[in-house]
Parts: sequence; structure tokens; C-alpha cells
Amino acid sequence: MKKLLSATAISAIATAAAAQDAGPVKIGILLGYTGPIESIVPGMTASAEMAISQINEAGGILGGRMLEAVRADSTCIDSAAATAAAERMVTSDGVAAIMGADCSGVTGAVLANVAVPNGIAMISPSATSPGLSSADDNDLFFRTSPSDARQGEVLAQILADQDIDTVAVTYTNNDYGKGLSDAFIQSFEAQGGTVTLNAPHEDGKADYSAEIGALDSAGGDVLVVLGYGDQGGKGIIRSALDAGSFDRFMLADGMYMQSLLDDVGAAMDGSFGAVPWSEGEGTSAFQTLADEAQIDAESTYTRESYDAMALLAMAMQAAGSTDANEYKSKVMEVANAPGEPILPGELGKAMQILADGGDVDYVGATNVELIGAGEAAGNYREYVVKDGEYETVTFR
Amino acid sequence: MDLLNAFVALMNFVVIPASAYGAQLALGALGVTLIYAILRFSNFAHGDTMAFGTMVTILVTWALQGAGLSLGPVPTALLAMPVGIFGAAALVLLTDRAVYRFYRRQKAAPVILVIVSTGLMFIYNGVVRFIIGVDDQSFDDGARFVLSAREFREATGLQEALTLRTSQAITLITAVIVVALLFWFLNRTRTGKSMRAFADNEDLALLSGISPERVVAITWIIVAALATVAGTLYGLDKSFKPFTYFQLLLPIFASAIVGGLGSPVGAIVGGFVIAFSEVTVTYAFKKVLVYLLPDGWGPDGLVQLLGTDYKFAVSFAILVIVLLFRPTGLFRGKSG
Repeated sequence: MKKLLSATAISAIATAAAAQDAGPVKIGILLGYTGPIESIVPGMTASAEMAISQINEAGGILGGRMLEAVRADSTCIDSAAATAAAERMVTSDGVAAIMGADCSGVTGAVLANVAVPNGIAMISPSATSPGLSSADDNDLFFRTSPSDARQGEVLAQILADQDIDTVAVTYTNNDYGKGLSDAFIQSFEAQGGTVTLNAPHEDGKADYSAEIGALDSAGGDVLVVLGYGDQGGKGIIRSALDAGSFDRFMLADGMYMQSLLDDVGAAMDGSFGAVPWSEGEGTSAFQTLADEAQIDAESTYTRESYDAMALLAMAMQAAGSTDANEYKSKVMEVANAPGEPILPGELGKAMQILADGGDVDYVGATNVELIGAGEAAGNYREYVVKDGEYETVTFR
Repeated sequence: MDLLNAFVALMNFVVIPASAYGAQLALGALGVTLIYAILRFSNFAHGDTMAFGTMVTILVTWALQGAGLSLGPVPTALLAMPVGIFGAAALVLLTDRAVYRFYRRQKAAPVILVIVSTGLMFIYNGVVRFIIGVDDQSFDDGARFVLSAREFREATGLQEALTLRTSQAITLITAVIVVALLFWFLNRTRTGKSMRAFADNEDLALLSGISPERVVAITWIIVAALATVAGTLYGLDKSFKPFTYFQLLLPIFASAIVGGLGSPVGAIVGGFVIAFSEVTVTYAFKKVLVYLLPDGWGPDGLVQLLGTDYKFAVSFAILVIVLLFRPTGLFRGKSG
């Protein structure tokens, strides 16, 4: 009887283990389905799930195992809720990796409280805070979006190329604006520039003449506006032009919107700035796929989400394992050269190459190139405003 | 030349903006002070009455613009303002009939009326947002500048520019006209005199045969007119967003209290005191000093007393100081 029992138990465990090996590989999609970015999350999810279905159609990973998405709500702002959702994914759903989270704050919380203790890798498509670069992550954290520190460098370089060495800076008073302004000022001062005043502005105020009074008094060749083009950033530019204090502005990514040029008009001519951009074979291949699947490829972080999911699957395939400690080192390998370039839609081919022991260099929808602690290098388009249009100067 | 530059910079960034803002605050504070003098409570719904009147004005402005009507260089909103005043007056008279009259008959304590007006504030707030939405609305048209920075620089050859926006000029002119009309009304007409009598001594006024309901109704109409004019001017000069009108309540009350609640002259002076202190305390004087002082003596710092984030704190600080040292306000109002 005893023997029978233990035999049953052993076989049960064996079956369970076998099922674990042959069953679907679950990957968590942890994004803010409710909260401030709920409008862009459906596109991000659809794009990540498109990557999953392409891989599954081509035969899955690890010799025929299918991928399965498990969604959960990160809320973008509530770290406790995001941590609970991630914990549930890991402990009760048994995900092998997490695509997410989205906003920088919750991403840091999930990384520290769930991913690192449980040994689960995360690739965020959208967390841009410079602070995450130095997070204590056991090499489990990656992101397909560039850190804002990178944008700060790009903006400083643009100024250096134009021989501008004195600027006034105003930023929107939140984590994004503060982080970006710190990053920009650090790079700009490192190259010998002078910031006359770094003043925050609140969004949604009626009147920015006091802010402009201070900025004008401080002086500078251009005013660097690190805000939102439909909010305080626009108000600042309006007030500056009205008061006749600055006539050229350098704009960060949040200011890039056609409505700003339409509203302010001809006075914007000559202003310049940078915006994350991707162009080339990978981007157009993704565009075609997205159009077929009726996903808006232009929507924010849609491309990055596809790439994040594809990287997770390829890393597992390359390592031959769903254990994060084994596949985490492969993420950088599949993302970067050397290897066969992989465009969106060629994930099946990538899996085959990896299964045969080859090497891939994932190009993806955003020309993925992971640097440093595993974050996108980031391609930026430098533009200048001419006749009410954004005109490309160069790519950086 | 440097002296002129310094003067122009000061005019451009301090005097002109503060005067326009002060005029808007003064008109708002007049409304608060009239209610306090005659109805004897602080009307917290005043900011949202402004928002409501402005909203009606904006809707009519859009209709006029749609019909192709315009006043040339002057904003169309001025044409729509009488309708806005009518709308706001209808709203406050209805409110008075439905809400305040009940509490007046009960002889409710002023503090109860304050709480009632706070409730109404939220209701007005909701109504305005429901009708026009929470976003910024732009309704200014016509010429944007009387004097633009570029014109001024070309004409004078100065380094600094003096700008005068149409909305600022209109604000100042309208404020002068409205205040003159109001004082003429209060001091010269029979109705105005009866209002003042009612404010001075209610029982004596009743004995002399003054109808309280009539005085109250006229007060509300005047207040609605003042609120709509102030709101429309603020919206033209800055921008219309329901939430900013709610926030305006603080500087408006500060103006009324600094001047002395219940004193119309005090409200006007208070408005300018608050506006000028908000702007001068947060202005960075570096530029002006660099022009004025000999070469090389200019300060390295910004010479800014407080960061611009603390603008609202200035109103609070002045309020506290006045309440501590002169609780009745500069012009001996009725409070305290």
C-alpha cells in the first residue's frame, strides 16, 4: 500500500513536471489598463499579443511550447496595486517573465518587490526614468524605451552643435519634467554650458507671466521648454512671445505636437528640439503588420511593446529555458549584433536560427540596441520648425 | 538709455501685468464686498458665479463668431457680455429665490449662509463643467496687441520691449468705466442710497419703508454684472478654464478683506495691493538692477524674493498680516 502510494505520488509529480515542461509558457503583460495612460495601453497590449501570436503560428518556442499572455493592471500610479497584481501573476499564474510595467514609479516598485525576490525578468516598454538605470535589479530588468538621461544628452548635444552656451530652462513640475531637466542640465553643464535659471511651471494655469518674468530676467540665448505642448509648455511659450522675451525655444519630446505649431503660429519658426523616432526597414515592416492587425503603429509605445515581448521570447529560446536566471543574460545577446538581423514578422525565423544554435540581432520595430544596464540606446530625430512644420535636421 | 531700459523692463513685466490683474481682482472683490455689506455673509460661490457668467459670454461669443459678426480689433466677447450678465443674473436670482431667501426668513446666522454658499459653489462648478467642459477654452479674437514687442523695439531702438495686449488695455478701460458707474449708482441714485442705508442699518432702513427684497434683488443683479465683467476680462487676458476661476476665489477674498470687507473703495485698493505684491515679490529683479547699476556691479543671483510657485502664498501672507494688525482692513470695513 505504502509503495503504491509513493509510486502514485512520484508519477503524479513526474506528470506535473512533464506538464510544466510541455505546457504553454506564460508571460505576464503588466500595464495600466486603468489610470492616466489607459488610452495608450490597449494599443501596447495588442502589439505585444501580436508578437505572441506570430511566434505561436510559427510553432512556439523551446520545441513546440506555445506562449500565453496573462494580463494584469499596473494602474500606472498605484505601486501597491501594481505589486499585488505582479505578485499574483508570478505566484498563482506562474508566469516566466513580465512584459511591463509601464510608468516609472510602479515599474521600480514591481522590480524591487516582485521581480527580484522571485527571480523573474521584466522588460518595460515605457519606463523612462533615469533612476531605473541604477536600480538594484540582479540584471533582471530591461527596457525597450530610452532613459530620459539619454534625451538630456541629445538636447545638450544639439545646443553644442549650434554653439549656444547660455540657456534658461523651465520644466513641468512632475517626475518626468524634473528627471529630464536634471539629466539635461547635467549633460549641458558637463560640456561647459551655463543654465541661468531652472524654473518649474505647473500645468493647467491660466497665467504664466510671473514665470516668464523670472526667466526673462535670468536671460539666455534660448528657452529650453521641458513640458507638454498642450499644457503649461504652450502657456509658457505664449507668454514669452507676448512679453517679447525669448524668440527661440528648444523643445523636449512632450512638446512635439502639431497643435502647438498651429496654435502659436509663425512665431515658432526657428525653434528646434528632439523627439524619439524610429525609421527604417524594421519600422516600416512593423507598420505593415500593424495595419493588417488594425493596430495604430504610431500610438505611443506600441512599437516598444512588440519589441519587449519579442525579446523575452527570443531570450528564452536562446537559453533553452524559461528560468530567468538562465535567459536573462541572453536578452542583450539577441538584441544586439552580431547575428542575423531580425525584422518584425520574422520571429519564426529567429526561433529557428536560435534553435539551430545560431545568433540573431533583433532589429524590431524600433531598431533595438540595448546599452548600459539593458536599456534602449534610443534614436532621436532632431528637428527645426519651418513654416509651421517640423523639419528633420538629422537623426541622433 | 540704461535707465530707460530698466524702466521699460519693469513696466513690461511688473506694472502692466499687475495693473490688469489688479483690475480683474478689484472687480471680483467688489462683488464679494457688496454681498457682505448688504446680505451679510461671505459668498464663496463668487468665483463660480464668475465662471458661469463667463461661460454664457463665451457661448454667445462663439455664436456671434459663427454668424460672422465681429467688432474689428476689439474682441467679440464684449458684444456678448450683456447676455452673459443676463445669464448670471438669472442664475443668482433663481438661487436667491430657491435657497438664500429660505435662510433669510429663518434669520440664519452668517456662518450658515457661508456654508450654504460653499455648497452652491460646488453646484455652480459642476454646472459650468457639465455645460462647457473642463478644458481650456479660447474665445479671444480681434487684434492681439495694441503695442507688440517688435513694433516697440523698432520704434524706440531700445533693447527691452514694452508690450500692451488688447485684452490688458480693455481690462483697464472697462474696469474704470464699471467702477465709475457703480459709484455713481451707489452715491447718486435713490436705489443706490437705499442700498447703502440697508447696509448701514437694516432695521432703520426697514422702518423708512425700504423694501428688503428689492434691495437684495438689485444687489444680486449688480454682483452678477460685476462677476461676469471680471470673469470675461480675466478669460480674455489669460484663458478660460473652470478650475482657475475656482482658484481665483483666494486672491479675490484676500483683496476684499485687505481692503476691508463691506467697503467698495477698500475692495479696489485691496485688489491692486494683492496683485502688485504677488507680481513684485515673485519677479526677478536681476535684469533691472543690471541696467541701473554701473558695469560689473550687477548681481549674479536673480534677486527674486520668492519662487513663482509661491504666488498664492503671497495672498495668504498678506491676509494673515492684515488680520493680525488691522482686522477691519485698510478702509475700516464691517468685519472684526
